[in-house]
Amino acid sequence: MSETVESVSALIIQKLLANPKVPRDIDGNCKIMEDLAFDSLAVMNFVMEVEDSLDVSVPLDKLADIRTINDLAACIVDLKNKG
Amino acid sequence: MTSLFSKFEGLAGALGSIVTAGGRNPFAVVIEKPLSSTVGIIEGRETLLFGTNNYLGLSQSKRAIEAAQAAAATYGVGTTGSRIANGTQSLHRRLERQIADFFKRRDAMVFSTGYQANLGMISALAGKDDYLFLDADSHASIYDGSRLGNAQIIRFRHNSPDDLYKRLKRLDAPNSAKLIVVEGIYSMTGNVAPMAEFAAIKRETGAYLMVDEAHSFGVLGENGRGAAEAEGAEADVDFIVGTFSKSLGTVGGYCVSDHPELELVRLNCRPYMFTASLPPEVIAATGAALEDMVAHPELRQQLMANAAQLHKGFMDLGLNASTRVSPVIAVTLETVEQAIPMWNRLLELGVYVNLSLPPATPDSRPLLRCSVMATHTPAQIEQTLAIFHQAAVDCGIPMQANAA
Ligand SMILES: Cc1ncc(COP(=O)(O)O)c(C=O)c1O
Repeated sequence: MSETVESVSALIIQKLLANPKVPRDIDGNCKIMEDLAFDSLAVMNFVMEVEDSLDVSVPLDKLADIRTINDLAACIVDLKNKG
Repeated sequence: MTSLFSKFEGLAGALGSIVTAGGRNPFAVVIEKPLSSTVGIIEGRETLLFGTNNYLGLSQSKRAIEAAQAAAATYGVGTTGSRIANGTQSLHRRLERQIADFFKRRDAMVFSTGYQANLGMISALAGKDDYLFLDADSHASIYDGSRLGNAQIIRFRHNSPDDLYKRLKRLDAPNSAKLIVVEGIYSMTGNVAPMAEFAAIKRETGAYLMVDEAHSFGVLGENGRGAAEAEGAEADVDFIVGTFSKSLGTVGGYCVSDHPELELVRLNCRPYMFTASLPPEVIAATGAALEDMVAHPELRQQLMANAAQLHKGFMDLGLNASTRVSPVIAVTLETVEQAIPMWNRLLELGVYVNLSLPPATPDSRPLLRCSVMATHTPAQIEQTLAIFHQAAVDCGIPMQANAA
């Protein structure tokens, strides 16, 4: 597996920017709910899209610990390395 | 000092603007008195009820009312404790037998509500090392049950067998048990689960399958056993959960299964063990309502005919109604600014429906959720359609003439 936290984080940001409502100046340290104004359902739906791009499933209980874009990227890299 | 209530500030603001925009709080509607299953007094006016879950009208079943009265006179009005700690009454076992026989299953467990049935079954069955696969649009009780059981939760796209299959295949956990949970009819949109396709995936992958027939029990299937019966998928469904609070018109939940281990679930299920069991009058009324339902299959036919009439009416008006004809028909509006005045206008003109706002809706657009009953008359449905037309005109809601 060649994904790194940086590459996954970049992919997440690219996907987020496809949504015109997301602020343009986001980076890996942005908090997904607070800074991007996502509600819990929007977060779950967005994660589903990322899952499909990277062919990974993030169990919902893992989402509870994720606040920033980099947290999500690290969690995905971790899941991929285990798999 | 931080206030305990500071987390409610956003909510208070949102509620405030909903009340300001429409003149009343849609979540605090008082039905002063039901006159029948289909008409109630709201704000002093006779109002057509199109926002209940009383699909067969059995909340007003004469047989159920009399059974409740007789049971209260004989057994008293409460059990004062849980089945496990304080004893089961013969009535509980009799109802469980009746439900199990209705579904042609080995046994049934009765819970105090449908919410607790989901909470209890899912948390008892799916523990820390197991995987749950939940439809993305699952009811809150399914999500809450998942959390209570500490299982690994994987969400798949709503009503998508392909997406479920992909996620099951992606998972590399040969030593974990897997439970798929879907609903027969989805309560907000009226969407019906493709049960036969889910059953095929369950067979191929060795997962277990649970279906919540809360809104489809008594509604779908030749005998009213739900979406699994309607699609010939019952043999592959390991657990059916459901509620008495909709088609049977009382309160309570259940799970039926052929797995003998259901008996052990009783001892490993906090929402069953640590709450009082249903009172005698509810048990008796539920059993009688089920007898009524079995004795009157024509109620189901009338329900579907009524659903078709309302659905066609919405289509003819050019409103954006669910594509599938089912007793739950959601009219989707584009913005909350349209939905709030429209809902209020409907109530003023004499129709009560449910207002559902994002994020509680599946696709971030607001819904007017309408539910049909077998006991609605064709004239009541026509009147409701006329009122929808009037309200849409009054509120400037665009209606596209559907090419038909
Ligand atoms: C799909 C679904 N499951 C379970 C429930 C809970 O049922 P009850 O009202 O008996 O708690 C509901 C209704 O609220 C529901 O819509």
